[in-house]
Amino acid sequence: MKLKSNVAISDSGFVFDANTGESYSLNPIGIEILNELKQSKITEDLFAYLNNKYEVAEFTLEQNLMDFLSQLKQYGIIDE
Amino acid sequence: MSKLAYERPIINKINAGVPDKYGMQTQVGSIPYIDEIPVEKLLSEYGSPLYAVSEKIIRRKYREAHKAFSSRYPKVQFAWSYKTNYLDAICKVYHSEGSWAEVVSGFEYDKAILNGVEGHHIIFNGPDKSEEDLKKAVENKSLIHIDHFDELYMLLAIADSSKERPKVAIRINMDTGIHPQWDRFGFNYENGEAWNALNRILVSKKLDLVGLHTHIGTYIMSGAPYAVATSKLIDLALRVDEKFNHKIKYLDLGGGFASANTLKGAYLSGKDTCPSYADYADAITNTILNSELDPNNLPTLILETGRALVDEAGYILGTVLANKRLADGRRSMIIDIGINMLFTSFWYDHDMVPAKPKSQFTEDTSIYGPLCMNIDVIRSAIRFPSLEKGENVVIPRIGAYNMTQWLQFITYRPNIVLIDQEGKTHVIRKKETMDTFKAQEISPKYLG
Repeated sequence: MKLKSNVAISDSGFVFDANTGESYSLNPIGIEILNELKQSKITEDLFAYLNNKYEVAEFTLEQNLMDFLSQLKQYGIIDE
Repeated sequence: MSKLAYERPIINKINAGVPDKYGMQTQVGSIPYIDEIPVEKLLSEYGSPLYAVSEKIIRRKYREAHKAFSSRYPKVQFAWSYKTNYLDAICKVYHSEGSWAEVVSGFEYDKAILNGVEGHHIIFNGPDKSEEDLKKAVENKSLIHIDHFDELYMLLAIADSSKERPKVAIRINMDTGIHPQWDRFGFNYENGEAWNALNRILVSKKLDLVGLHTHIGTYIMSGAPYAVATSKLIDLALRVDEKFNHKIKYLDLGGGFASANTLKGAYLSGKDTCPSYADYADAITNTILNSELDPNNLPTLILETGRALVDEAGYILGTVLANKRLADGRRSMIIDIGINMLFTSFWYDHDMVPAKPKSQFTEDTSIYGPLCMNIDVIRSAIRFPSLEKGENVVIPRIGAYNMTQWLQFITYRPNIVLIDQEGKTHVIRKKETMDTFKAQEISPKYLG
């Protein structure tokens, strides 16, 4: 799973997808996930990274992360 | 090393320059306390969902409204509209402030009597008054507002067989320049029916005509229609005086004042468009004071406003049950407050906020109630921060109609608490239990 090329992320959470012309806004943890996805990652690694860093119940994080990743796929921002 | 505070990751597509149904507001506040009591504490003590009513706000709003009118006009009387919220505790707060009772059924009438309201301080409105109800009201010298000729003739018959001379007014409907024009209640002004009814009453000599009443509609967003209504009542009062030498003792302008809730489909928030009590008071009192009515013998001005007094005092508190994605990627949130407890969600886009402050990041969200019914939608489109299962939400300004028009449907109706002026909480209606229903239901014996 990797962020598509031609997707630009600003520090403030503004995302521009040059492939489609669409733009998006993200909250800080959303930016962090997208930055992580600049390198190819599997979901388990991403989960472990966030779980170590944030105070959150595992099932909540898992649920939220799966939901967020499915949105990224739906918007066509990441490749499988 | 301690871990960082977590917030659910959010991504929102930007539709620059295109206004959408989610509106312009992007930040959502929070209501952590009701009268300085933490929402979480209320919910843990009394269960979720929960209605909470602030006595402090009831009294403040009542005094504001009363002052707006009494500072402009010498004789003002409020009558609490029972149908808006007829919980005994709430009614008693209004009565302790000096409010009479305005009732629209035998049930509400009996409630007012049990709440200690004197008979002659009860205004009996509405199209459904049985003979038994009317006899009781006549005996108690209550103010009977006649809705139709069938009621008028029933009252004349009761007067024949009674020692009392019933105290009556008629309800009058009219064109005040607003839409819809309510013409189903009372006698019409423009077609002469109201004048006919007044003549019938005064010629009979069996009824004591004490007042004239109108109630022009609901959620009226301007004072101007009230000025028109007042002038039409005054016209009838002057004609009655001229023809019969009979003085009308009071003009009852009914209710219909708006609250700060936002009607569905409204472009601007109700908070920005709701007139003040002073706007309504100006329109009504200026019309009376500038009229041909004798300044030394002015009629009492009666007001039956309900919604504009109690809406702000009521809150419903609830809990998030689940978050889901809909087919088109929108977020949906299920809470334990359904439309059966929030009847007004049929016509308002209720404000809704988290009980705890959240970050400024919000998502387009549809908020559903817990009922297994497709119509159970509290907000079809709202910008809302991310809340996890178990977190609490607050819907403010729900004091009017929800605790009377609510439906027992699929689940029990919850506790209602009153927060008194010292900040103490009192359960004023208990959560329903299976026994509530068992007490009412009867299965034929052959069904076992």
